[in-house]
Amino acid sequence: MLTAVVFLPVAAAIIIALAARSPRAVKGVALTAFVADFALAIAVFARYNTGDGGFQQVEQYDWLPGESVVFQYLLGVDGLSATMVLLTGLLGLAAMLVSMNIQHRVREYFVFLLLLQTAVMGVFASLDFILFFIMWELELVPMFFLISIWGTGRKEYSAMKFLVFTFVGSAFMLVSILVLYFSVGTFDMRVLLESDLRNLVAPVTVVFGLFFAAFAIKLPVWPVHTWLPDAHTDAPTAVSVMLAGVLLKMGGYGLIRVNVAMFPEVTQQAALPFAILAVISILFGAMVTLRQTDLKRLIAYSSVSHMGYVLLGVASVGATGGALSSVGLTGAALQMFTHGTITGLLFVMVGVVYDKAHTRHIPDLGGLAARMPYAAVALMVAGLASLGLPGLSGFVAEIMVFLGTFPVYGVLTALAALGVVVSAGYILWTLRGVMFGPAKERWAHIGDATLVEKVAPALLIIAVVAVGVYPALITDALSSGVGEALADRITTVVGGLR
Amino acid sequence: MNSSALWLLSPEISLAFVAMLAFLVDLVTRRKGYVAAVSLVGLVLPLLFTTLLWGELSGWVNAIGPQPGEVAGVSIPGIFGTLVVDRYALFFKYLVFGALGLVLLASLDYRSRLGRLEGEYYGLILLSAGGMTLLAATVELLSLYIALELATLPLVALAAFLRDGRSTEAGIKFLLLGAISSAVLLFGMALVFGVTGSTYLSDIAGAVATATPGDVPFGSYAMLAGAVMMAAGFGFKIAAVPFQMWVPDVYEGSPTPITAYLSVASKAAGFAALLRVFTTAFGPADLHWSVLFAALAVASMTVGNLVAVAQSNIKRMLGYSTIAHAGYMLIGVAAVAGRTGDGSLQGPQGLLFYLGGYAVTNLAAFFAVIAIANRTGSDQISDFAGMGRRAPWLAFLLTVSLLSLIGIPPTAGFMGKLFLFGAAVNADLAWLALVGVINSVLSAYYYLRIVKVMYFQEPASQERVTCSPALWAALGSASLGVAFVGMAPWPLFAFAAQALLGFAGR
Repeated sequence: MLTAVVFLPVAAAIIIALAARSPRAVKGVALTAFVADFALAIAVFARYNTGDGGFQQVEQYDWLPGESVVFQYLLGVDGLSATMVLLTGLLGLAAMLVSMNIQHRVREYFVFLLLLQTAVMGVFASLDFILFFIMWELELVPMFFLISIWGTGRKEYSAMKFLVFTFVGSAFMLVSILVLYFSVGTFDMRVLLESDLRNLVAPVTVVFGLFFAAFAIKLPVWPVHTWLPDAHTDAPTAVSVMLAGVLLKMGGYGLIRVNVAMFPEVTQQAALPFAILAVISILFGAMVTLRQTDLKRLIAYSSVSHMGYVLLGVASVGATGGALSSVGLTGAALQMFTHGTITGLLFVMVGVVYDKAHTRHIPDLGGLAARMPYAAVALMVAGLASLGLPGLSGFVAEIMVFLGTFPVYGVLTALAALGVVVSAGYILWTLRGVMFGPAKERWAHIGDATLVEKVAPALLIIAVVAVGVYPALITDALSSGVGEALADRITTVVGGLR
Repeated sequence: MNSSALWLLSPEISLAFVAMLAFLVDLVTRRKGYVAAVSLVGLVLPLLFTTLLWGELSGWVNAIGPQPGEVAGVSIPGIFGTLVVDRYALFFKYLVFGALGLVLLASLDYRSRLGRLEGEYYGLILLSAGGMTLLAATVELLSLYIALELATLPLVALAAFLRDGRSTEAGIKFLLLGAISSAVLLFGMALVFGVTGSTYLSDIAGAVATATPGDVPFGSYAMLAGAVMMAAGFGFKIAAVPFQMWVPDVYEGSPTPITAYLSVASKAAGFAALLRVFTTAFGPADLHWSVLFAALAVASMTVGNLVAVAQSNIKRMLGYSTIAHAGYMLIGVAAVAGRTGDGSLQGPQGLLFYLGGYAVTNLAAFFAVIAIANRTGSDQISDFAGMGRRAPWLAFLLTVSLLSLIGIPPTAGFMGKLFLFGAAVNADLAWLALVGVINSVLSAYYYLRIVKVMYFQEPASQERVTCSPALWAALGSASLGVAFVGMAPWPLFAFAAQALLGFAGR
């Protein structure tokens, strides 16, 4: 099952590369693959038994057997990764749907998009560190090409910047993975999670720091966020959707899976610096967002701000007395899911607007709601969810993060809450500037989203509303993967070692 | 010396025979294609003998009886103990012959530029390969020196083969700098001989082991100077900084197949000799030279990558890139000295694996460059513009090999770096692994520049770029190797482990 989820897209890519000739056929194959992949992702998520917890649906084969180095082909999900697989399936389909109007070098485009899907799915589903790393690196290649061929503006510069930043991070990560291997003797994350990782062949703080650097770049955390606005602004719509929706979550996922779960003690020591970095990211991101006039750049900086909440939730493990705050961690994980759907939706809608109006410059837009009611509603939902309106999913995640953090870092939490206020400002100003206000002459003949363009927003709106109204849909899985389960396991493991 | 030595030398002897045949065929026929065919088909002979020798070691061939000094199943010494047939030597025979076969295949497309001297071209390249395989098999300093010269001198002639300004310059530079480095190597050998009284590696090892462990590395200043000078001599051969001055000019001026051959086979043979000499003769002092090679590794990686960024000629750029790769490989040498003290061979195993993966990768890159540059008549990176459209498959394969050079999975380069850096971490050299990965990031910049030029810039003309079936075969097999080693590293990894059975007494 997991193998199918991960490798179905690449199989479709091979079919496209070898067999599909006409653009119609290419899009047909790709669409089928993404729909099927989404269905499989739902199945993986649904089959995950939250009562049992732990890693499930494990598939294990020896890949490189031998005395000294052993890699495995090892897939499996817990509540956290099952949720991420679901998110990737959903956003992959959304990205596919907004790519239906691609006309330039169609075959290559969809081959790269499908390859990207496989890589990201692989990151979330791998339990072997080498496989995880391979998938992590594999994601760079399609992204590099997607941004630099189908992007706009300074696309080659942005693609290179994206690549170099991520590559630096993953280079650090590789060293840490090797240190873990030679200390414990396995790449199996399940074993590593149960092992005593306090005496490694290199100082544990360095290993922790190198992992953190890799994931912080991906998340991204201030001050290593600078690649994100560039990559977002210049990437084609579908790639922005994938980037904001899924790729950033790789950073959060790694942070929780590796830094928190494997090094709980170091995480507790580092919690205060994490919290400070998180608050800087939240506030800095929000302030800079206020100044943006380009729609995509605006969402990109708002992502920096919103991903700060993930780090803040992670920092909440600094709770006194060694007990872990499960609410904050669950909140951080949920924030990843909700930010994925909300920002995905925002980028989809910006793509629709840009497609019709051929500009993303906010002062040029205005009064579009009258001409494109569907798009206006969808953008409103996304915006309101983004600013944390109760009843939509963003609210649940942020409140959980705050609940987890407040008992530990009261002042910092209060500062972070300021970020919510600022985000209300930039979201509402943007909505007014784009959709409302006086209708401009030049937009008199602009059309609403077409039927195809309506599908992707509809899917994402369903997800946003459903999680907002009934969060247990996702949080049940998350708390059996991170939240309480992780807290319990770490307490027993660390306690057992003492 | 007895007749069994002929059997132990059969791969080299048959190779020399094929080389002579190439010269002869060239004399009697005007159809130069025969020369190439003879050399290519003739390669089957040495490969066959290599396999038979492997069988002799493993016991499923028994052409000669037990030899004096033979370690059953591990090594058979011959010719007064100066040469040894062990799996390590055989591994390098396979590697060199494999690279040679691909280079010969790729040379077919280059024939128009060789003029009427085709017989000499093929003969010399074969002879040089003989020198390289001997280099991996010697366990005595003088034979090692002779093998080194046999490997290098034909390459000097080959570097100057195009007989234009640049090519002549390449030949002269290679000759002069090569002579200096040989002199340094020889001087180092003389010092070591003077202290230990023997040119046999095993005897030197005994002397190093018994030298009172004082404050001086290697036991005495004379030995230290000798070891460092020998490292310098090998450093020239493998193109490590600071002995790399010859690389860019020679790589740029030589015929491209020779450049490819130099960058793969010659480097591999240099590493074969370096690793054997240092692990065997200076094995007891491994903590001392581990530091030396770690420093050389850092210098090579960093200088190679930094200077490569500024290149506009693709052959020069690949030249600097091979310097950087020599640096990565030196990590494997430095990691021999496992400070964990378990006598681990992960460093050498990683190095042999890396050499195999690097051979197919670099050959694929050079073959794609030959194919494209032969049509456009230029080695400038800017003339690769739009190749993504003019030659989709060539550009794709070149991209794959460049990704492999960066070390992005799922390619051979990634697996190689994984094993090398892993060995470094295990040998308590995590900082060296960190320098290595940072350098990989640095290298991504200039490799991807070529990808960028090929895919994102407008072509100068719309004319399709094609290449001959022979070159396709060479490029195709090398690229398949890149993908295979990257996705199924097990066979090569096991082969490398086999090659190190009983190596250097560990």
